Amino acid sequence: MKILTFSSRASALILAASLAFPAWTQTAATTSYAIKRGRVFTLAGPPIENGTVLIRDGKIAAVGAGIAIPSDAQVIDATGLEVYPGMFDPVTQIGLNEVSAVSATVDVSELGDYNPELIAATAVNPASAHIPITRANGITEVIAAPGTSGFDLQSGGLIDGQASAFNLAGWTMDEMQINRSVAMVINWPSIQTRTFDFATFSIKEKPYADVKKDYDKSVNALGDWMDRARHYAQAKEKGSPALYERDLKLEALVPVVEGKLPVLVVADEARDIRNAVDFCTKQNLRMILGSGAEAWKVKDLLRDKKIPVVLGPTNRLPEQEDTPYDKPYTEPSELFAAGIPIAFASFGTAFSRRLPQYAGTAVAYGLPHDEALKAVMLNAAQMFGLADQLGTLEPGKLANVIVTNGDPLELQTQVRYLFIKGQLTSTDNKHRDLYEQYRKRPQPAR
Amino acid sequence: MKRALFCAAVLFFTICMPVATQAQNPGTIFIQNATLLTVTHGNIEHGSILIRDGKIAAVGADLKAPEGAAIIDATGQFVMPGIIDCHSHIAVDGSVNEGGPAVSSMANIADVLNPDDIDIYRDLAGGVTTANILHGSANPIGGQTVVIKLRWGKPASDLPFQGALPGIKFALGENPKRSNFPALPGAQPRYPGTRLGVEEVIRQAFIEAREYKKQWDDYNQRKAAGEQNLIPPRRNVQLDPLVGVMEGKRYVHAHCYRADEILMLIRVANEFGFKVRTFQHVLEGYRIADEIAASGAGGSTFSDWWAYKMEAFDAIPYNAALMTERGVIVSVNSDDAQEARQLNQEAAKSMKNGGLSANDALKLITLNPAIQLGIDARAGSIDVGKDADLAIYNRDPLSVYAVVQKTLIDGQVYFDRQKDIAARATLAAEKQTLLDKEKKAAEAKKAEEKSEKKPETKPDKKKKPPQDDGESVQSGVAGGAR
Repeated sequence: MKILTFSSRASALILAASLAFPAWTQTAATTSYAIKRGRVFTLAGPPIENGTVLIRDGKIAAVGAGIAIPSDAQVIDATGLEVYPGMFDPVTQIGLNEVSAVSATVDVSELGDYNPELIAATAVNPASAHIPITRANGITEVIAAPGTSGFDLQSGGLIDGQASAFNLAGWTMDEMQINRSVAMVINWPSIQTRTFDFATFSIKEKPYADVKKDYDKSVNALGDWMDRARHYAQAKEKGSPALYERDLKLEALVPVVEGKLPVLVVADEARDIRNAVDFCTKQNLRMILGSGAEAWKVKDLLRDKKIPVVLGPTNRLPEQEDTPYDKPYTEPSELFAAGIPIAFASFGTAFSRRLPQYAGTAVAYGLPHDEALKAVMLNAAQMFGLADQLGTLEPGKLANVIVTNGDPLELQTQVRYLFIKGQLTSTDNKHRDLYEQYRKRPQPAR
Repeated sequence: MKRALFCAAVLFFTICMPVATQAQNPGTIFIQNATLLTVTHGNIEHGSILIRDGKIAAVGADLKAPEGAAIIDATGQFVMPGIIDCHSHIAVDGSVNEGGPAVSSMANIADVLNPDDIDIYRDLAGGVTTANILHGSANPIGGQTVVIKLRWGKPASDLPFQGALPGIKFALGENPKRSNFPALPGAQPRYPGTRLGVEEVIRQAFIEAREYKKQWDDYNQRKAAGEQNLIPPRRNVQLDPLVGVMEGKRYVHAHCYRADEILMLIRVANEFGFKVRTFQHVLEGYRIADEIAASGAGGSTFSDWWAYKMEAFDAIPYNAALMTERGVIVSVNSDDAQEARQLNQEAAKSMKNGGLSANDALKLITLNPAIQLGIDARAGSIDVGKDADLAIYNRDPLSVYAVVQKTLIDGQVYFDRQKDIAARATLAAEKQTLLDKEKKAAEAKKAEEKSEKKPETKPDKKKKPPQDDGESVQSGVAGGAR
């Protein structure tokens, strides 16, 4: 190999990469920052012109115009820039999936259909290259959800485990974690008479009656698990260990049946959504609908039952051939108009950085811009019980803040500064490093 | 997921036909008062485009609409050249892969074009007017490819872009070596299984093609010299397309990821005296942009796809910009029916990632793919004499907020957002009528069967009302359509 004239920074990077050094940096010393002269979008009130955001000890200390800046604060001049809460991608496989086709790097879907005791946080890799790449686009925190699939094809079981919320910066998961368990993921079974079989690359057809039978079996089993969890909780409450044997799966389901932990039910077809809502209502579960490609068909039901929706990528094809061509684009605005809380999610790993694009496309087709901002910054925090910590720029909240040179949903907007847990965090990442490195490649000899 | 597939196709087709037929006689069309993104000679504010017989007849800010011209008022809107997708698999009936042999050059995508594929309409609604329809990437040398215009509503024979050279798909890396597609149970894995073998397959095929070409050249020479009673060489449909490649009559579109395999194909192409027209995906093109530029090949890449497989792990969203900087003609493609209808958004990302100018970003989906497909004399910019293939947006198409209002091909409006929206109520009513009819028929049939088979059954048994999704009806409709 020829001696290359890399910059020292690039060489250091190669070294860093080869040592699997987590490619993230937060300045450790400073604990206090003042972002001044920015246009501040708190999402808790109207935008503040020429505003200041004070950050201290990882939290937002003050927000407003004309706030005195403490002498120990590192000052960030945001003149001409805009300040927002960081974006939140509430369904991803970040940290669980590095290279989707290489199973050795994927920990998304466990074997078996019922795995409520599994927790995503257990296997989130803090050194994943996806973390700095995603945050460079303004996403400061995510939820990793086991068993979910997006662009990266994975097939889950029925109860896939618990989703974990974490910040996209930190040396260990303990440092990154916001909440280890924010939802139980259920992949709702679907009645599909025609399925695509990847093993043989062909369409398989089954009689409706057979598929329906399998479906009923799955739903009955789900109900059975919930009933057993209730009995387990009762036995446990009685206190005597002689009365019950410890069961990790049932133990994990207790907060679910007690309504303390929401269920993120992933379903797309209207029929499946109706059935899932029916199930959760009967079982008295706190349901959040995930994906919901045909949620627009069951708007009234979702509104009446107060079920929020974490939407999958806006940029997708319509479900059916005769669905209006722009239905996936207009769905967010239709749900919003119906009074249903919505949040956007990538349901992926590599495309988590497309989150603002998904929201922007929805704005193009009718979603009010300020609602789209909430749907990538605030609403998911509310759905998953994290709004006391995240989602707005208000004193006391976690200082996950982005400073941009414009509308964060627009494709060309750059994130200039990024704060995670109140620390100024680098937007450097593997992609930018490779770019810098190969940009400097000298012309090859001819 | 795609229930009600068949009846829907029929329905959609009938609804959308009028749009196409209405514009059947293009005559003279005048698009007025728009911002024109010409791509070749800057942007024109309050500009107009005169279209005559499907071609752009005049472009400018001070044009007057001729008497009798059909006026498209585009006040406040943006007109750009129709988007050209250099890597698409829409409009293909069935699988895009003839994956049996390692060299499947005998298979031709042009033979299996499906004009009823709804994705044609959907992509049209995303401003796409031309697409390079490629065979899959299962083989080092794949099938023949065809450039089409998205003339929704027209028969398959009207789809091909007249005069565009045909192509052939090559593929390097994980897909041809079947890394992520293990052999079916009981089946032998197919050779090749390494990048080494991929090169060998291509080289061997061209050794045979060269020999075959020589036989034909000799034969033609002797025949031209007047020799009598000559027996022509045996036709070989596998090698014919490769001869076409060596003679420059067929473009090579090579699926590739890693820098090493790209350099490999450049070497093999040099050895046999042909050129690779485009490297497709070419995710590590940024590592060897100079070599690609020197080879004369174009690069057709994704905006920001990465990490979906090992060979995509070093992909960077700066690829398009960096290759452009180094002199490669670069396009951004879709490889996907959805991605195709947001190619304007994908192109815009190269402004953020690598700092391309707005015009250079637009080129990624217009003029550059036109050059790559050898159709730049006919498409890719708003210039007099070119085909009137245009996309009209409500705002700057490089914004995430831009929405396609109309798409024109050969001066005909093939997509009109307002008309699409207006037709929806009729479409829904028609569908309901058909569903009701099918439901009734299915119920009648069921009742008939009951009375035939089990006359003793009590008629008052509780009957489940049919679900409104109509799954009970579904099989009947599907069966009838096939």
